[in-house]
Amino acid sequence: MLIARDLTLHLGRRTILSEAAFTARPGALTSIVGPNGSGKTTLLRALTGELVYDGSVTLNGHEIAQTKPWRLAALRGVLPQATPLSFPFTVGEVVRLGQQGGLDAGGPDLSQRALARVGLGGFAGRMYQELSGGEQQRVQLARVLVQVWEPTAHGAARWLFLDEPVSSLDIGHQLQVMQIARDFADAGGGVVAVMHDLNLTAMFSDSVALLAQGRVLAQDRPEAVLTDALLSNAYACRIRVNTPPAEATYLLPHAARHAAAAE
Amino acid sequence: MVALSEPAAAPTGDRRALARRVTLLLVLLLLAVSAASLTVGASGISLRQIGGDLLAGRELSLRDRVVLFDIRLPRLAMGMLVGASLAVSGAVMQGLFRNPLADPGLVGVSAGAGLGAITAIVLGGLLPAGLAATLGHYAVPVAAFLGGWASTLLLYAIATRSGRTSVATMLLAGIALGALAGALSGVLVYMADDTQLRDLTFWGMGSIAGATWAKVLTAAPLMLLALAAAPALARGLNALALGEAAAAHLGQDVQRLKSMAILTVAGAVGAAVAVSGGIGFVGIVVPHLLRLVSGPDHRPLLINSALLGAALLLAADVISRVIIAPAELPIGIVTATLGGPFFLWILLRRRTLLEL
Repeated sequence: MLIARDLTLHLGRRTILSEAAFTARPGALTSIVGPNGSGKTTLLRALTGELVYDGSVTLNGHEIAQTKPWRLAALRGVLPQATPLSFPFTVGEVVRLGQQGGLDAGGPDLSQRALARVGLGGFAGRMYQELSGGEQQRVQLARVLVQVWEPTAHGAARWLFLDEPVSSLDIGHQLQVMQIARDFADAGGGVVAVMHDLNLTAMFSDSVALLAQGRVLAQDRPEAVLTDALLSNAYACRIRVNTPPAEATYLLPHAARHAAAAE
Repeated sequence: MVALSEPAAAPTGDRRALARRVTLLLVLLLLAVSAASLTVGASGISLRQIGGDLLAGRELSLRDRVVLFDIRLPRLAMGMLVGASLAVSGAVMQGLFRNPLADPGLVGVSAGAGLGAITAIVLGGLLPAGLAATLGHYAVPVAAFLGGWASTLLLYAIATRSGRTSVATMLLAGIALGALAGALSGVLVYMADDTQLRDLTFWGMGSIAGATWAKVLTAAPLMLLALAAAPALARGLNALALGEAAAAHLGQDVQRLKSMAILTVAGAVGAAVAVSGGIGFVGIVVPHLLRLVSGPDHRPLLINSALLGAALLLAADVISRVIIAPAELPIGIVTATLGGPFFLWILLRRRTLLEL
């Protein structure tokens, strides 16, 4: 389990999170949604131990502020929003960096399998800095997957923390990446993802935490959180769910699901 | 020197085998340059003849013995140590700052170490007699180490905000630190008496010509310690290329890694500056060249940097001996003449990747 209680966090004089409570269980995909500046990424960075917080965060029973980095690294991988690299590494070298954090020996072809998993088979010899933003993000996902390749270890769940994993991807790759997260959870691992796209959130999540102004307004099943009242309040605009427009063209990822799953 | 081809990445993007071949080539190169360094100079010596003499059990002539064992060998050892130290500290510093432009000479670390060395030379007499006796010959390298350490620490603190290192801030702060250290050094030079001025002048020439076994033994421990510590940083520096947060998520104790890297740079640069003055460009040219050939993985990069740095400095030293023979050019002039244009070439060629 991942359990956060009374999480309060200040950056300078601003309070970014106040008394937030958040839980995620193994075998589930838990999403964090909310408007810009609501503290989603800050919450994720507190949950991964990147920021100093008041309150308590435990991952599989370990209070993360008191856990050694190498022990946490064996337990969970973290995908940042964007990762600019300072040196001309090849894609294969970047993915192999994930292997130094994880537990699995994994064999020499693990990085190849991870790249194939994110749809970048054959990219290992390319230079990372020459890829597009979306391709770089998927390379980083492969690196994180290599770190926690087996969703469980020694009977305990391992975790993926994803910060807007699909923000710079096209719809096909959005579905592909969300499916990877879904599969990781279905195999017994835990997934926590900061999400921007509410449709994808509704499609793939088991639990959704809705943030606004540094507070967790609600955390529950998607259909209980993604409601007209809660969303309108959080995003400060009138929102109606499950309401197709009368005339205009619209496109939902739900209808594209099978095409991506077939890949 | 090694071939300057584009990185020939295998389809798997794995350049470790290539890097191993580069290591082998560099060992051969270092051996060749070492042989040249022992034989070339104002007094010619034939290695073959000496080898033959030794094998046949004949005594060497007094002249050959003095030239070989008291002049050339300490100079060879010093050149190798200084070159390796400068190149490795450049590579470590570039990994720490996540930027290929970080170089101890460019960003004021060498100036800080220089200030430390000058302080020890000029104000060394003011130390309590007991402490002065304990430090002995080590006072100058230790002071240079402290100066280099303080300036690296200061530079990192100024250039890094919430885990991000600003290159522009780093370079500008380096200029300011270098100027400040230079000004303070100037004040100390102004205060110095005649004997100290003589010491300072010789030291400031940036040369390994005055190498003696005593000098080598004084500076070697610090440099060897730093060189031995560097490979342990390699995995951490690789992870750090992804940023501080990602490195921590990969299991690195980032704070400890940074402290170790700063101490290593300060030790290597401090000792190198203390014995050889300011020899520029080795720290930036060597790692850059190696990254072009076999990639930025720090595990082979740090070892190969030590080898190529040592070979490059010995080669520059040989050039400095023959170019205006029988006089000698300070080696700092040679490395700057070779390194300056090379640095400009890097800038022109890789402009897009530097992301200043």
